Amino acid sequence: MLWDWNYTWEILPDLLSAAVITIEVTLLGFVIAAVLGLVLAILRMLGPVLAAPVSVFVEVVRSTPLLIQIFFVYFVLPKFGVTIDAFTAGVLALGIHYATYCSEVYRAGIEGIARGQWEASIALNLGLATTFKDIILPQAIPPVVPALGNYLVALFKETPLLSAIAVLELMQTAKIMGSETFRYTEPITLVGLLFLIMSLVSAALIRVVERLLNRRYAR
Amino acid sequence: MIADANRPMVRYDSVTKRYGPLTVIDQLDLAIAPGEKVALIGPSGSGKTTVLRMLMTLERIDGGVIWVDGEPLTHVERNGRMVPADGRHLRRVRGKIGMVFQHFNLFPHMTALRNCMEAPMAVLGLSKAEAEQRAAELLAMVGLADKTKHYPAQLSGGQQQRVAIARALAMRPKVMLFDEVTSALDPELVGEVLNVIRKLGAEHNLTMLMVTHQMGFAKEFADRVAFFYRGKIEEAGPPDQIFTEPKSERTRQFLRAVLEAV
Repeated sequence: MLWDWNYTWEILPDLLSAAVITIEVTLLGFVIAAVLGLVLAILRMLGPVLAAPVSVFVEVVRSTPLLIQIFFVYFVLPKFGVTIDAFTAGVLALGIHYATYCSEVYRAGIEGIARGQWEASIALNLGLATTFKDIILPQAIPPVVPALGNYLVALFKETPLLSAIAVLELMQTAKIMGSETFRYTEPITLVGLLFLIMSLVSAALIRVVERLLNRRYAR
Repeated sequence: MIADANRPMVRYDSVTKRYGPLTVIDQLDLAIAPGEKVALIGPSGSGKTTVLRMLMTLERIDGGVIWVDGEPLTHVERNGRMVPADGRHLRRVRGKIGMVFQHFNLFPHMTALRNCMEAPMAVLGLSKAEAEQRAAELLAMVGLADKTKHYPAQLSGGQQQRVAIARALAMRPKVMLFDEVTSALDPELVGEVLNVIRKLGAEHNLTMLMVTHQMGFAKEFADRVAFFYRGKIEEAGPPDQIFTEPKSERTRQFLRAVLEAV
């Protein structure tokens, strides 16, 4: 029998609860990516002393595999006294990895702001923090939301890598099911389907957000 | 510091500005009295816009000192020597200066009213109600009482520029800089902006420094006209003298070319 429907219904509830873990990892990881990415982008603009180390960090993270970074956070950091559980390690690694990509997106958005906006801010004597908060970022971020959304979906699709450090997300749960019953067809197929559905739904949501932003800023 | 009637509001003291090997401002000496209106004219690339931008601290200077209201802007005195000023000093002193740009540079994500409220709230610490009242008064003064809730993209160029003037005035500057403020406007919108500047000149004792190609306006409005040529003041004097009997051959050539183009 290629497909066992009884087995399918039996494992589906456990896979759905694993999907919740996947969503948690995705959202928490993305919050880190979005916030840290913005911090990195701004630090890179505050003069060469800060920009140099930040640029090196971004290059290193972007040029090495995410799986290695996950292992590094989970297995190597404890040697330096930083011990964290697998879930936290996975969220951190995903968040930091995608923060470097998000920082490039933010940077493009900030660099797209006309120089006159900075000059008007100086002429009005606004401080640097106020200039970023009230003038630059409200103009720079809405246009890059779609690009950030793409990274949210990309991050989501990389969460199965966390199975390598035994985070009980979808992939790890399916692997355990397969190894217990020697039936991989149903759990792996279901995991693929769940990812497909969630990807399509989030892509649709991003399009809605994009349209709302366009409407708000199309003046 | 004691107020001194003879003390200039702005003084360029041997100021030099270079871009790489190119000297755009060459040891400029220029003093502007409180309440004086000075028009800077000259061919493009002669450095006149740079004169305003240096005063607004948008450009670093490479030599000399700029003074504002009796104290150095670009430098601070330390142990009897003038050293380049830090960001805090620049911020404090440039608070006395407001600037209006050729391309308005309004904040596109804010209404006209909000454009005029942002800096008074963030920098001067005005409450929202105070800032709103001040902004509404100024927008009424520039003839835009009915446009306060409009976004820049919903306004004409002339209206945007008038918002920009109101926005600068909301900071209560002592010196106002106008950098080719009508150059980006359609011809039929120039008048409404110049009228606002005329009104400002008549009702307030603001020191004004303007770069302009509107020779008629410069002649009528300015107390003094300075003709720039290659980073130096070629000739300066009362508008009547500059426009009717210029001493320099270059001034004469420039004015002839400009007036022929009209």
